[in-house]
Amino acid sequence: MKLKWEAHGFKTPLARARGLGSLRSGLKEWVRLRVAAIASTILAFWFVWFVLQSVGMSHLEFVKYLAVPVNSIAMILFVITLFYHLVLGIREIMEDYIHSEWVKILALIFDYMFFSVSGVVCVFFVLKIAFSMGV
Amino acid sequence: MVQFTLPKNSKIEKGRVIDAAGDAKRKKTFIVYRWNPEELDENGNTLNPRLDEYTIDLDKCGPMVLDALMYIKDSIDHGLTFRKSCREGICGSCAMNINGTNTLACTKDINDCKGDVKVTPLPHMSIIKDLVPDLNHVYAQYRNIEPWLKTDSSAPDRERLQSSEDANLLNGDDGRGPSGCILCFCCTTSCPSYWWNGDRFLGAAILQQAYRWIIDSRDEATGDRLDQLEDPFRLYRCHTIMNCSNTCPKGLNPGKAIAEIKKLMLARS
Repeated sequence: MKLKWEAHGFKTPLARARGLGSLRSGLKEWVRLRVAAIASTILAFWFVWFVLQSVGMSHLEFVKYLAVPVNSIAMILFVITLFYHLVLGIREIMEDYIHSEWVKILALIFDYMFFSVSGVVCVFFVLKIAFSMGV
Repeated sequence: MVQFTLPKNSKIEKGRVIDAAGDAKRKKTFIVYRWNPEELDENGNTLNPRLDEYTIDLDKCGPMVLDALMYIKDSIDHGLTFRKSCREGICGSCAMNINGTNTLACTKDINDCKGDVKVTPLPHMSIIKDLVPDLNHVYAQYRNIEPWLKTDSSAPDRERLQSSEDANLLNGDDGRGPSGCILCFCCTTSCPSYWWNGDRFLGAAILQQAYRWIIDSRDEATGDRLDQLEDPFRLYRCHTIMNCSNTCPKGLNPGKAIAEIKKLMLARS
């Protein structure tokens, strides 16, 4: 079956233009994507500073350095905002370019699952370092 | 389904080369997109489009690209097909892509074109013939935003009044407000987001017109209009690429109009 917005010989242009109607939603995703972008940009400056500070450290020194509460918290926030932005950003790109509805749904499920799991894994290991090194 | 190949008739071939300039002093070559759905090969399939080259004497035609096209149609090739009407940049009929930029052929000076002038139809539209794109869908999208004044209050006995500040929102301080749009669709068809999702994304011209009615102080359906636009595809496929504002032959700023709609969405949230 052709979806309502797809061109078809017997469909009037207005039927196609109106499609399935307005979703009356979309503002929240738009705002979230931008807030996550701003937050992760600010935290990226901290991340660069953090990496520069750790140049030349041994593995043990670096792990201890990451375990400092300020650094662990900033790292967790960076990971969360970055992956949140990633999930929403990849979704936008997929919606732009994938025009087969079932491929799009599968791709979006992959997007949400893969990047959410990746983010959780990152946060878990930062916490593991933070708590195992003891504060 | 996933499509990996170009649609039919997307491959453009080299066409005829016609030198109609002779020994003229001021020569210019126009490379023009040609496609005729009625020209068939021996199997009954439509031929691929081609680029015909016409070299003409500029002293025999007017100064604008549209004048050159009219000269080619009148004197060299009567089959060349394109839309035109006012020939002074107010009807929007002769919108086409000239040397890589969407613009109006009637206001594009030939002297501003370096080298050969390549003329193709508005990008990514299905073509009816030569330089004539099929505008049914964009007009239907225009109809979809209900571009007329909507009120519930009873009609006044005289004109519906508006302050000069409110009128300026529509007209712009410099005359380049959203009501200056002539619906030539140069902006809409310059937008990659519209190319990929034009079936659902409204595109710059229509969104600018939607904004024109949203900010009209006399209109009473603002909330309904915003409801109709709040959609991941209708409005939020705009990724602020800004081709629309760069290409507008009237010097308007559809990109800003779209940003203003997004701000209004935020304001009512």
